[in-house]
Amino acid sequence: MSVEHAGASAPHEHGARARVPGERHATGYDDATRARLTADSQQIVARYPQARSALLPMLHLVQAEDGYVSPRGIAFCAATLGISTAEVSAVATFYTQYKRHPNGTYTVGVCTNTLCAVMGGDAIWEELSEHLGIGHDETTPDGAITLERVECNAACDYAPVVMVNWEFFDNQTPASAVEVVDRLVEGAPVAPTRGAASVATFKETSRVLAGFPDGRADEGVGAGEATLRGTVLAKEQGWTAPSFDADERAAAAGATHGEPAAGEEQSSAERPTTTPADASPAGEQRKQKSDDAKES
Amino acid sequence: MTTLAPVLSAHWDADRSWKLARYEADGGYRGLRRALGMQAADVVTMVKDSGLRGRGGAGFPTGMKWGFLPPPDGGPRYLVVNADESEPGTCKDIPLMMASPQELIEGVIITSYAIGCHHAFIYVRGEVVHVYRRLLEAAREAYEAGYLGTDVLGSGFDLELTVHAGAGAYICGEETALLDSLEGLRGQPRLKPPFPAVAGLYARPTVVNNVESIASVPGILVGGADWFTSMGTERSAGHGLFSLSGHVTRPGQYEAPLGITLRELLDMAGGVREGHELKFWTPGGSSTPIFTAEHLDVPLDYESVGKAGSMLGTRALQIFDETTSVVRAVSRWIQFYKHESCGKCTPCREGTFWLAQILARLEAGQGTSQDIDLLLDLCDNILGRAFCALGDGATSPVTSAIQYFREEFEAGTHTPADVLFPPERSSLFDYTPRRSTQLAGVHA
Repeated sequence: MSVEHAGASAPHEHGARARVPGERHATGYDDATRARLTADSQQIVARYPQARSALLPMLHLVQAEDGYVSPRGIAFCAATLGISTAEVSAVATFYTQYKRHPNGTYTVGVCTNTLCAVMGGDAIWEELSEHLGIGHDETTPDGAITLERVECNAACDYAPVVMVNWEFFDNQTPASAVEVVDRLVEGAPVAPTRGAASVATFKETSRVLAGFPDGRADEGVGAGEATLRGTVLAKEQGWTAPSFDADERAAAAGATHGEPAAGEEQSSAERPTTTPADASPAGEQRKQKSDDAKES
Repeated sequence: MTTLAPVLSAHWDADRSWKLARYEADGGYRGLRRALGMQAADVVTMVKDSGLRGRGGAGFPTGMKWGFLPPPDGGPRYLVVNADESEPGTCKDIPLMMASPQELIEGVIITSYAIGCHHAFIYVRGEVVHVYRRLLEAAREAYEAGYLGTDVLGSGFDLELTVHAGAGAYICGEETALLDSLEGLRGQPRLKPPFPAVAGLYARPTVVNNVESIASVPGILVGGADWFTSMGTERSAGHGLFSLSGHVTRPGQYEAPLGITLRELLDMAGGVREGHELKFWTPGGSSTPIFTAEHLDVPLDYESVGKAGSMLGTRALQIFDETTSVVRAVSRWIQFYKHESCGKCTPCREGTFWLAQILARLEAGQGTSQDIDLLLDLCDNILGRAFCALGDGATSPVTSAIQYFREEFEAGTHTPADVLFPPERSSLFDYTPRRSTQLAGVHA
């Protein structure tokens, strides 16, 4: 007898619950579910010249269905792609986004790589871990939140950063992060700083990562304040890149306040010599560049 | 004085900047139209002449990389964009793709045309779901407008684009590991040669380029190689995104000609946070040896940074002030490398494991007098002996930090780092640390 993992009676519809000792994993999908997953998988496979490339998105799809990489999901991937379950498992265990046990409805990831940690990520981590009573890769008993330390998520100019289901929560403090998780526990919507209008569930997010758009790409901002700092400053100062038009560039170079053209007086080529390359005559450099190109 | 030169970032502040119509209104897709009117080989030559070098860290000339593809043999050739941005401190490609994904898509189409590719891939890390949404939508819009699919803009050129989400693994930023991952395997690097240009995706000729490199191509097509070389230095041409983070008043993205200095960038960013001074910084992510205040005037171009003992890398300028413990910073970075080592080769797998152990005890003030030598010896056995650059990169923060701040490592034999440098002083907010537990990295 097989037992479904995602308990419908849990407070969070998609949430995890602890396994009962002796409980067995679900071993397969019912016919309707299998047919749906098969249709989705065919769409994924069709994106690639070779079917095996579909494995990573298919594992996201399995997580969209089961809330983790379930044994039946592994079997499904293997059967669909004509590879062994061991080969699927080998891949599933390599990547940190694939969960080996039922995940919470929301993954809350605190960046504790060096920069975020120093700016306050360690303090946020301590606060959340104590507040929720769980540690790394652990899930609250109600299945609402899985807490993680995450590595650099490419938002260092917004440090310290917290990710909720892979949406950005920028410039966090322990208090702001606690407020976010409290709302998640209550089942209230939370809005990322840069992202969709509200955070989707783990399963919904996993389905997007499998390559099935949820129609929310146009929600949220294009860029946050830090992203725009250079853009805005340049506008304030009247700084622009050189014109695409060669004549305009030449005219600007001739003007009193204009940017000098490459190689001319006061151009960047005139900066203090710091390397042998800088000291070489420009003509020789160009010849070298052209020779390099010929060799290739 | 060097000023900013916004090219990629020029219109990020536009209303709904990510939409195709917005991009076209700001001059988008002019580069593609120009390219389609040229011979493919001439497009490659133009990018070679521009001097554009890889913006993903290594700085390899982009046009030359394209030129390494063998002559067409009738079989498929691929372009794979490396959008797996995960180097600690690096935060330029993700905001670019969120704000203006069409810049990348246009670059993909031009590059594919230039190298004779009819199926391109963007491999974006999976941990940025909204960026993935934006890329999927951008591709959909581009298909609908006839920029992708069969007979692009009536040119007879066909191109399919697949936007693929990864699943969390720093190593997939290494180009051959990325290819294995895209083939549905564990992301582990391949032995080179053969290089991807000869045997890449599905063992076919493949170009792997960084997001910012590819996004820089449309501008080169519009302005020409001379326009691009009118910015930057002789050997480090063009514009680049400089990402300031950490103890700086106004962190963010600053697009400038290569060769700008940190002093100039810090002036624009309001300096180090008020009341503090610069202690150390990374020029291009955690895998590039750290610099100190003595390097404020090093021109941030490939040659000058290299000559000064580091690497330009991804221009990820992580700024740390005098409150920061170097030992704590390096220890945490090494935990990252240990966690992300793919395990394929022994020097990296075992080396990062032992580096992390030793740094942990130095951070706890329980190191031995031999530990510094042991760290350097371990680094010596990793550098140049690892299968890929991850292992080499892991040694950079260790050796450079010992070079500049040896006394802090010596102090690790008797005093914990959080006593010497209370972490609440480094934090951007006030708090009282719970000192009972020793913090550690992801998989401690």
